[in-house]
Amino acid sequence: MAANLAGASPRQKRGGIEDFKRAFTGLRRGETIAGYLFLAPNFIGFIIFLLFPICFAFVIMLTDWSLAKPPAFVGLENFETMVNDRLFWKSLGNSFYYTFVAVPTGIFIAFWLALALNRKMRGIIFFRTIYFLPQITLTVAAATIWRWIYQPEIGMINHMLDWFGIDGPKWIHDTKWAMPSVIIMSNWQGIGFAMLILLAGLQGIPEEYYEAASIDGASGWQRMRYVTLPMLTPALFFVVVTSLISAFQSFDQFFVLTQGGPAHATTPLTLYIFQNAFTFFKMGYGAALASVVFVIILIITIVQWRLARRWVIGFESDDD
Amino acid sequence: MANAVKVKDSLFGQKQTKLLMDLLVYVVLSIVGIIFIMPFAWMVANSFKDLRGIYKFPPEFIPEVWHFENYTEAWTATHFDIGFLNSALVAAAVVLGQVVTASLAGYSFARLRYPGRDKIFLLYISLMMVPFTVLLIPLYIQMRAFGWVSTLQAVIVPFLFTPWGTFMMRQFMVTIPRELEDAARIDGCGFFRTYWLIILPLTKPALATLAIFTFVNTWNSYQWPLIVLAKPKVKTLPLLLASFQNQSAMRTPWHLIMAASTFVVVPVLIAFVVGQKYYVRGIVTTGIKGGG
Repeated sequence: MAANLAGASPRQKRGGIEDFKRAFTGLRRGETIAGYLFLAPNFIGFIIFLLFPICFAFVIMLTDWSLAKPPAFVGLENFETMVNDRLFWKSLGNSFYYTFVAVPTGIFIAFWLALALNRKMRGIIFFRTIYFLPQITLTVAAATIWRWIYQPEIGMINHMLDWFGIDGPKWIHDTKWAMPSVIIMSNWQGIGFAMLILLAGLQGIPEEYYEAASIDGASGWQRMRYVTLPMLTPALFFVVVTSLISAFQSFDQFFVLTQGGPAHATTPLTLYIFQNAFTFFKMGYGAALASVVFVIILIITIVQWRLARRWVIGFESDDD
Repeated sequence: MANAVKVKDSLFGQKQTKLLMDLLVYVVLSIVGIIFIMPFAWMVANSFKDLRGIYKFPPEFIPEVWHFENYTEAWTATHFDIGFLNSALVAAAVVLGQVVTASLAGYSFARLRYPGRDKIFLLYISLMMVPFTVLLIPLYIQMRAFGWVSTLQAVIVPFLFTPWGTFMMRQFMVTIPRELEDAARIDGCGFFRTYWLIILPLTKPALATLAIFTFVNTWNSYQWPLIVLAKPKVKTLPLLLASFQNQSAMRTPWHLIMAASTFVVVPVLIAFVVGQKYYVRGIVTTGIKGGG
């Protein structure tokens, strides 16, 4: 990223008042003014609706604020409450459960689908489209359909299990099965994304590598192990990072499919934040909880970038 | 000689194996495809049944009697006319706003030189990864302060600009050859005319990608509208669909819910099929996740 930035403006010198003055006088004056004007509409929105709220969030988390009364500054009290809040730990655990089961299983399936779609055959685009349709379907509608699918008596799954003489579980109404239910639905919906990125990665592997491997007498499995997998690591890395980040922020499917139940079995941190802030109007506590999401996503990202050096081919980190 | 025969044999064998593998892959792809399409198929099938048909045991896929009136009934019961209007208005405004602000700023970042440009761009990139969960509460308090709660401004104005869209535009515009612009500049075009006549037409694929992504994301958006839109007359489709199934009824009206789901899903499916090329390219080049 940094290299890219520098490359775009090789003549740009370090800023400074002198440069600033020069930019507004003489030949460059027009370009400077145009530059700021083109940027202005975007930058105003950026400041009001992104930069300011982020800074504001750090203030809110230090207050006790119900919106009905003015905020009271309480320091780190919200974080003390959090440590002793059983439901916070439960929802944090749920977020991890969901993220670290849904993402690996989803990527595993997406990988095999991408491999299958990478063959030179007719009708591949058709299948690709089918697998991708759930991805663009709104989660609310998808969760609505799946609520019916999971109905213990009339739902599709238990009907089908019935054909094989299996007595299906109560799915979203069972504390043990509720989270797997959400995970299955989310993977049905989200696999298209991982599949598409991995497919693009596969298509980017030069044919010559496989030819060379074949000439050296590599078997199908060896080609997979020593050509496909290493060459696919950048795409895999990308899919892992983005999927982990977005899984940790999932909200819609929980809210519509299970409403966090039964008995908080499917309440992730995002839903717990929502309840605190917009059901109980505890803005300060909600913001403190949100900061945990922020920190965890930051940690996931940093850890992934650090680990990437060990397993991603051609990976160079920007931070050193 | 013997070797040549052997090679020929193994080639023949390979061809056979490939055919067999292809067949196997088709079978697997089809089975998975059926699993993926099944929920949609049942949604449509159930939307034409009556409630008794849905509860029937053993279940039947094709309805015995086609109840087309489910659609009109669901439509009026949920005030979907208002929802459609709201959703369409919000999506159109946000798409238009993002395309304009992102392309203008993208041009500014990619081509014009002025002090502080790269620092501002770096700030954009670093804030791109802030999770929306963190913004919910401060943004809601802001909307209250503006008096925008339960107005459509609350779901439009904060989303008229986009850091990742700006980033995408900038990255795309950097790759446009400078010569084209230089020629226009020599011919006396100002910066805006250069942007309008040279840069924008060349940026069409990226603009299409941004537009279709933004459309799908805005149309599907649920969490933020759920928080800021409380009054019925400003509700968007996902909100109406979700609240429709939570309305207490003796028996959940699954047939109407399925009909309602069908016509909420259809516009995005159309948008996707029409703009699939741009959508897929957008995912592959920027890795931004659309949809849910």
